[in-house]
Amino acid sequence: MIEPPEEVTPGRPAREDGRTPLVELADVSKYYGNIRALEGVSLEVHPGEITCVLGDNGAGKSTLIKIIAGLHQHDGGDLRIEGETAVLGSPREALDRGIATVYQDLAVVALMPVWRNFFLGSEPTKGKGPFRRLDVDFMRETTRAQLLRMGIDLRDVDQPIGTLSGGERQCVAIARAVYFGAKVLVLDEPTAALGVKQSGVVLKYVAAARDAGLGVVLITHNPHHAYLVGDRFVLLKRGAMAGSHAKDGIALDELIQQMAGGSELEELSHELARAPVPDHLGGHTADAE
Amino acid sequence: MTATAPSVRPPASPGGDERLLRTSPLRKLMGRPELGSVVGAVAVFVFFALVADSFLRASSLATVLYAASTIGIMAVPVSLLMIGGEFDLSAGVMVTSSALISSMFSYQMTANAWVGVGVSLLVTVGFGAFNGFMLTVTKLPSFIITLGTFLMLTGLNLGFTKLIDGTVSTKTIGDMWGFDSAHQVFASTWTIGGMDLKVTILWWLVMVAVATWILLRTRFGNWIFAAGGNADMARAVGVPVRRTKILLYMGVGFGAWVAGQNLLFSFDAVQSGEGVGNELIYIIAAVIGGCLITGGYGSAIGSAVGALIFGMTNKGIVFAEWNPDWFKFFVGAMLLLATLLNAWVRRRAEESRS
Repeated sequence: MIEPPEEVTPGRPAREDGRTPLVELADVSKYYGNIRALEGVSLEVHPGEITCVLGDNGAGKSTLIKIIAGLHQHDGGDLRIEGETAVLGSPREALDRGIATVYQDLAVVALMPVWRNFFLGSEPTKGKGPFRRLDVDFMRETTRAQLLRMGIDLRDVDQPIGTLSGGERQCVAIARAVYFGAKVLVLDEPTAALGVKQSGVVLKYVAAARDAGLGVVLITHNPHHAYLVGDRFVLLKRGAMAGSHAKDGIALDELIQQMAGGSELEELSHELARAPVPDHLGGHTADAE
Repeated sequence: MTATAPSVRPPASPGGDERLLRTSPLRKLMGRPELGSVVGAVAVFVFFALVADSFLRASSLATVLYAASTIGIMAVPVSLLMIGGEFDLSAGVMVTSSALISSMFSYQMTANAWVGVGVSLLVTVGFGAFNGFMLTVTKLPSFIITLGTFLMLTGLNLGFTKLIDGTVSTKTIGDMWGFDSAHQVFASTWTIGGMDLKVTILWWLVMVAVATWILLRTRFGNWIFAAGGNADMARAVGVPVRRTKILLYMGVGFGAWVAGQNLLFSFDAVQSGEGVGNELIYIIAAVIGGCLITGGYGSAIGSAVGALIFGMTNKGIVFAEWNPDWFKFFVGAMLLLATLLNAWVRRRAEESRS
């Protein structure tokens, strides 16, 4: 039984314009034994929009991703895919329903050529019987064309994918998800291990995926990156939702403030302020002896 | 290995230039897994051609090729398995098991050599399936699983042979119906251009060709590379990693069957203690041929070149009239050199250019 989502969670943008979200979490909770990993989290993913999930380590971001990717099942609340209440039993099931997840570390097989990586698990073949073979020309050309569409211009799709930079590897994984018909793209900390320039490259492809009409869930702990591309922001703190905003409802400063936990940050700056060395520690100053 | 050269692209859009990589044809060649082994093979060939007068004679080369083929037939499936990320330490004694089963089944149960050949095929491929099944079910390292089956098969080979025939070797089946035709298939000699070539060379070449086709041009080949390169990632995109590994072990079983039937029909009777230690030779041939010991990289052609280096060194030392004790030293030195080269190739392939 699908309940009409009439209840409005506090902080949730009142932007119901009649569209059905691709994926919607309503009041979703997840417990590991007696540990509350996630409680009362709601978010919406619309086609052509980027929903950012922000939070510090341990805020419940990875639990959230695992629920959407089908690795874990939620204990409370509703997960709706295109308006339909669903429970995803496995990553394969999520894939079949158009939800592709790109993890930051295990996206590719480093020693395999780019084109073999691109089609891994869904290789196109031609010919019959014992002569059934990989359609190599098609695979090479498609890989080249799809990457070009995302803005990656590879001269040689035969190079091992390990020779690409971390950002480019993420991008190949994104291009792959787009090509294989994903409707929702879940990105787990795509910029976490990257430098400033590479992060920019990845964000460009995230935006390209959005422009291709996908709904994107971008998990990150970097509010700067999130604000650059995001349409909605969901803040998590200690497994609970600390806020949910549309882009026009929040400024970057505010987002950073909320994400860092305002008062906590002030407290920290107090603690870190230089203080005279206590006597019981010997009272040495830096220039003693 | 296709003829499709990468087409020359128009200059990239501004801003894309930094991502373009320069690859010279030389660099590409350096990237082939077989490269090190081919250089090594040429060096070994030139070396023995210079120091051993008889090395270049047609009969000598035929001997070298025969020695290489008996190793190469097993090195092919062993290298595929290694690319898939696993070992098989039972491969050496499995050859002997295959020959023993064929011989004893024919002798005890029927009077037709071909029946034994067929039963042996089923049982040997079954051994391979057992290895693969145990591996995927227990998730233990293949080193342990196949060390176990290696010892078990060694014991079974000796135990059953003594139990049934009373000695350590099987009874001769040379007078049996079907022996001659089986001998034709597995152990005959063809004279081509003055060289007496064993039919095992043909088996070997066909197996290399088929394995290369599988590796480079089939979905299964893609899965082998992925299973060895990053099994978790492969599973995440829907590659049946379990099935892939079991099939690879069955491939080793098939190789052991071919090599075992050659053993049986060449010598008519089989020594039950044979084969111990050969598993390492197959692995060494695969490694010299460019297979990464950690999986995900290598080629079937490389394993063939590795086997050829083995054959040349093994027989070259005899032709040079040296003490064959030196053989092991050469093999060890080549293995070290090949592994160093492989490690360097891998570092190059995996290094990030961010």
